Amino acid sequence: MATLSVCQPPPGGFSFDNCRRNAVLAGEVAAIGLGAPAARKTGTTICGIVFKDGIILGADTRATEGMVVADKNCSKIHYISPNIYCCGAGTAADTEMTTQIISSNLELHSLSTGRQPRVATANRMLKQMLFRYQGYIGAALVLGGVDCNGPHLYSIYPHGSTDKLPYVTMGSGSLAAMAVFEDRYKPDMEEEDAKQLVRDAIAAGIFNDLGSGSNVDLCVITKGKVDYLRPHDEANKKGVRAGDYKYKRGTTAVLTKTVFPLKLEVVEESIQTMDTS
Amino acid sequence: MNTRGFRSQLKDSVPVAGLCPQGAYGVQDTLRSGFTSVKNELLPSHPLELSEKNFQLNRDKMDFSSLRNIQGLHAPLKLQMEYKAARQIQRLPFLQSSHLALDTLRGNDECIGFEDILNDPAQTEVMGEPHMMVEHKLGLL
Repeated sequence: MATLSVCQPPPGGFSFDNCRRNAVLAGEVAAIGLGAPAARKTGTTICGIVFKDGIILGADTRATEGMVVADKNCSKIHYISPNIYCCGAGTAADTEMTTQIISSNLELHSLSTGRQPRVATANRMLKQMLFRYQGYIGAALVLGGVDCNGPHLYSIYPHGSTDKLPYVTMGSGSLAAMAVFEDRYKPDMEEEDAKQLVRDAIAAGIFNDLGSGSNVDLCVITKGKVDYLRPHDEANKKGVRAGDYKYKRGTTAVLTKTVFPLKLEVVEESIQTMDTS
Repeated sequence: MNTRGFRSQLKDSVPVAGLCPQGAYGVQDTLRSGFTSVKNELLPSHPLELSEKNFQLNRDKMDFSSLRNIQGLHAPLKLQMEYKAARQIQRLPFLQSSHLALDTLRGNDECIGFEDILNDPAQTEVMGEPHMMVEHKLGLL
């Protein structure tokens, strides 16, 4: 008798079908001694600061996969709404998808209310989503924006806790960046001073943390204007080769030299176009 | 807070190992689910599996109980009646229905979540056999 085929379609969302198989495979691979492939993380330095007219967000641009640099110039400052931007540290895919989902939700919400979205709304949506997944979504975010109530800056941890502060840093280079902030932050700074401070904090993360590197990206958000400076500062330019490895003619002494001219005639000439699409 | 301990982590239905294997054609799919063991059958494969399966249910329970406390018993009763009515008008059992009325009642028409992006049920590659599904729904099976 054939098996009955009455099936309920899966309800959508995450599917846990392969978890058991993955756990068994991970155990087998560990027993052999190899390593499972690592998810691409953004071992990162991200930071944000509230200055006189608004918010400045800063980020480095290196994405790592284990011990290898996967992307030398990735963009870590994500768009949430025209007046709200979010930096993401942790697993790159998680931060990307999370910020895109929240951006869509916030757009739908603002169309429904007819008002400009507030940073507190984005914060609440993000923390509720991250808490629902109990930290399995590895996204540590710095959320900043200017809305009708002024500039706001939040830091959001992967398990769903948030902090509202005047200056925040996240990522593997957060300690280096926080050291710079603790030394030189003053409330109500001017824009140029604030940009220099954020650039220095990210540079501290870039030069003192292995997981951060390459350039400094900045995002200056003020009431009505957003400046996305990518790159603001190329701290690590790839060097140009100074010398040449070829030896000069005459380095080795020439004893004899014989020249044989080869007489060749062209028999057939045909052109084959390459598919360079 | 999980105060009931291990017992609350068991799956709702407890299939006995070996009697109803999950693979195709009724044979245990060793490649995908590993060897049968009682622990595999009883415990969920991921800590989030149970909480995600019951998420909608738990949220509804929470909303209804707070509605009952604020507005009285009539509010959740009326809403549940509307949900029941919206759930009854669907397409035939083997086809995907859009659940538009249910989504509007719940407020899901203004939200996007992982259930809309990943594993969209409208795009599954498998479909139940139409005759079997209708008979199952009518109780003739």
